[in-house]
Amino acid sequence: MNTENSSPQFSICILEEQTQLTLADLCRACAVHEAQIIELVDIGVLEPLSREPIHWRFDGVSVLRARMALRLQRDFEIDLAGAALALELLDEIESLRARLRAMGDDRHGDDAEQKMI
Amino acid sequence: MDYKDYYKILGVARDATQDDIKRSYRKLARKYHPDVSKEANAEALFKELGEAYEVLKDTEKRAAYNQLGDNWKGGQEFRPPPDWNAGFEFSGGHTGGDAKDYSDFFGSLFGRDFRKDGDGRASFHAKGQDHHAKVLIDLEDTYYGATRAITLRVPVVDAQGHVITRERVLNVNIPKGIREGQHIRLSGQGSAGMGEGKAGDLYLKIELRSHPLYRVDGKDLYLDLPVAPWEAALGATVKVPTLGGIVELKIPEGSVSGRKLRLKGRGIPSDPPGDCYVMLEIMLPPADTESAKDLYRKMAQELNFNPRAKMGV
Repeated sequence: MNTENSSPQFSICILEEQTQLTLADLCRACAVHEAQIIELVDIGVLEPLSREPIHWRFDGVSVLRARMALRLQRDFEIDLAGAALALELLDEIESLRARLRAMGDDRHGDDAEQKMI
Repeated sequence: MDYKDYYKILGVARDATQDDIKRSYRKLARKYHPDVSKEANAEALFKELGEAYEVLKDTEKRAAYNQLGDNWKGGQEFRPPPDWNAGFEFSGGHTGGDAKDYSDFFGSLFGRDFRKDGDGRASFHAKGQDHHAKVLIDLEDTYYGATRAITLRVPVVDAQGHVITRERVLNVNIPKGIREGQHIRLSGQGSAGMGEGKAGDLYLKIELRSHPLYRVDGKDLYLDLPVAPWEAALGATVKVPTLGGIVELKIPEGSVSGRKLRLKGRGIPSDPPGDCYVMLEIMLPPADTESAKDLYRKMAQELNFNPRAKMGV
């Protein structure tokens, strides 16, 4: 196995906070037509940061969300509304899991001695 | 090359109907789809499943595959018999999925050309593929920021045409304040582009290693703080460890177990920063000496306390 080292010379950004994409950027990144991105916005999978399509800006994580919705649509042979529903439920599961971890999900009790009165 | 038992992978009998195959594929796809599944090796299983379905859903390919006979076992060393597919005519082309991911076994049966169909853009200028990986960091890394050496395993094809795994080490600056589930993008660190196309990007999804003291919810931290009964009952000022150092916290008089107190701004750095929630956990001093037991007996006599009064018992 070969090992290759490289130093931090590439640009780094937090996708959720530091990137903005135009509609055209997003189409390119997902390799789809504008119509499909517009449909994803109509369905509510993507939320542009401004109203008018010409001025639409998306945060960086939109790329990942759009691609995931499109993958779900293709692989499960469902429509985008179905993919959107799946995406929403997956988000909810993830946030519940995070909640559960924050609460400490390792709490289980000891068996107690009991007698019915 | 290993034989692949496509029927076993799809969990169906050799005489399954096309409908059975479709049904089983759909069910397993929901289980192993990498976007949905929690299985660690979901991606590999899903690829295998896709390949099995690609063959069995197509009656021509299925018939050709059946021709190999049913004495093979999955994983067995396989060489295609000469003329095994004589008399079969393929309509050609694959019907979906990422054909380039199919196994050598698939390639030997249905031709390398099948595998190239998905990649017929070699003569174009195309951006390289993006790569995705997870990176596990400590809570301290997001609090202070850090540089982390991240080892990625990348399959590459060597000069002899074999697929080998190469390790690639990247030194990545973990930005201060990044949260669980967020992504870092490293521009140009994915696959090389084709022609004059740009290289793809590398996306790293952040996961936090569990911390011995703090639990994390978004940018907020949760800390269980053990307190003595008299500290809770009478109020007290106690020391609390936070990521930024020790702070003094005032416990209000009459606090009960589970009371949540907020240390504003002591969570993960951000604008505004997250908070640190301190959950009081009242610890009982052990009654392990005669004088300690006497103290408990005295409380029992003098306090007239029924903790279950609200339950009516």
